[in-house]
Amino acid sequence: MVDLSVDISGLKLKNPIMPASGTFSEDLAEVFDLDRLGAHVTKTITRGWRDGNPTPRVCEVNGSMLNSIGIPSKGVGAFIEKVVPFYAHYETPLVVSISGNTADEFATLCSEVSVPGVAAIEVNISCPNIEEDGKAFAIRPSSTHDVMRKLRAATELPLWAKLTPNTGETSEVARAAEEGGADALVVANTILSMAIDINTRRPKLGNLMGGLSGPSLKPIALRMAYQCARATGIPVIGCGGISTVEDVIEYLIAGASAVQVGTATFIHPTIMLSLIDGLEDWLSNQGLSSVKDLIGTVIDGEQDEAVVFMEAAP
Amino acid sequence: MDDVPSIKAFELPLSVKSNEPVNDEYRLLVLAAPHDILKRCRAGQFFHLLCPQAGGETPYLRRPMSIYGFYPEKGELHFLYKVTGAGTRALASLALGDRLNVLGPLGEPFTIADDWQNLVLVARGVGLATLAPLALEANRLGRKLTAICSARHPDYLMSTDYFASLGADVITLTDAEGTSDLDNLEKVIEGLIADGRADAFYTCGSNRMLRLLQIIGERRGIPGQIALEQQMACGIGMCHCCVRPFNRGDRQVHLRVCREGPVFDMMEAIAW
Repeated sequence: MVDLSVDISGLKLKNPIMPASGTFSEDLAEVFDLDRLGAHVTKTITRGWRDGNPTPRVCEVNGSMLNSIGIPSKGVGAFIEKVVPFYAHYETPLVVSISGNTADEFATLCSEVSVPGVAAIEVNISCPNIEEDGKAFAIRPSSTHDVMRKLRAATELPLWAKLTPNTGETSEVARAAEEGGADALVVANTILSMAIDINTRRPKLGNLMGGLSGPSLKPIALRMAYQCARATGIPVIGCGGISTVEDVIEYLIAGASAVQVGTATFIHPTIMLSLIDGLEDWLSNQGLSSVKDLIGTVIDGEQDEAVVFMEAAP
Repeated sequence: MDDVPSIKAFELPLSVKSNEPVNDEYRLLVLAAPHDILKRCRAGQFFHLLCPQAGGETPYLRRPMSIYGFYPEKGELHFLYKVTGAGTRALASLALGDRLNVLGPLGEPFTIADDWQNLVLVARGVGLATLAPLALEANRLGRKLTAICSARHPDYLMSTDYFASLGADVITLTDAEGTSDLDNLEKVIEGLIADGRADAFYTCGSNRMLRLLQIIGERRGIPGQIALEQQMACGIGMCHCCVRPFNRGDRQVHLRVCREGPVFDMMEAIAW
């Protein structure tokens, strides 16, 4: 028997496989038993009602996809009334993803969703779609620190900060989130991208730009997960382009304590179950008794820190 | 766990029984499918197809495709499609015995209210494919059916024999014969109404037909349903990519074509 359980700053998960926010909902319960997952992560909600972005909201690029959904949300009231009770039927812990336009609004929502049945809060400080021009808190260390301080003061629940690849300061942002009170880092959200139809000369997304997800994002998000694991002392949850068990293993070796699976679920709705089984088989074949023995085992030698982190010149 | 949903959609590889052209533009794909999956299918529902990476095509996301026919007794699932892009070009490359990964059945089906005794199907081109299983259901329920089939040319009229074999009155309208214009369509439909042969409309695939049917429906108090399309990612409701606007009461709402649809109230639909 292989022990697949992991510990994310005190929150015990029965396995390290969970969905990425925005690629999971109650609807998936009509395809498989959701209690097999390590955690349930909701689509990001905002305090008030949001309609979302114009269509088309999705397009495919070679081997991956772009989306610009724009966080349609029914608001916090409907969420607490309908969604939280749905997940109470499961043993798997519920992680609620939230976002806000301002740090204060964000903190108010953080307090409002700190209700029984919620095990942790994933703070989406990195959605490239919610505000104009793809602005997000997690692009800069200072705005990351400020919003995390306010979120930290708003709840006793574990806070997972979801970071963005749309920054040149990954390690600094990660440290700012840790210092601001994050209990874990989710690394990472989608990377801002674009696609144009050459026949109509129009952008393929209604919102012009959107987030790239899928296998082509993986090397970037993996690099970030590695950087964040090196730069901080809190658990990292890898997220970006995972579609095979080898991808999961790679993230764990890089230093991630768990992983989120997103776009791959759109292609194979039951893929998270295959990844759980595949990870158990692989660990067993390797003679490992616990997944914890794999986490952060990358052999990266004696590299100069400047090479590893590629920090900005002063 | 009373409130936990039961499993309703299945991801499974199905074997290709045939994949042949039906005319210059359309092909019929026949898959061997398990009885219990076919028993769950309803007219208007769709499957989300994982098109193969074949023939130089690399489709990534699944492609939604409405069910053209489902036959539990024969163990067959049918799709009628037009080759238009990377996904359908890849589908066209499937040969006997190849496997196609499908997810479904998905979405809300057509409904036939108890007092809708005389049904009128109105569709153009491949829209007829979506309405074909509805004809089978109407036949099973003993409802009277009129199928108004529109196409560019008589050669592209599909499913008319199929509708006729199910006891439907088939009316064909084509551009080539100059009979497919909206004024003529309106006359044909008004004629059916005058004869008491139109309790409800079903349509798919044409913006102009939708608008005409909404006007007639409003004027004559006749309800209807429409099957709509939209680009999809997940196909089961998670991603909110496939929304469309609808009029509901005095406001506009966005609904997911994959989840709240693909069949919607005809009067609430908004022409695109």
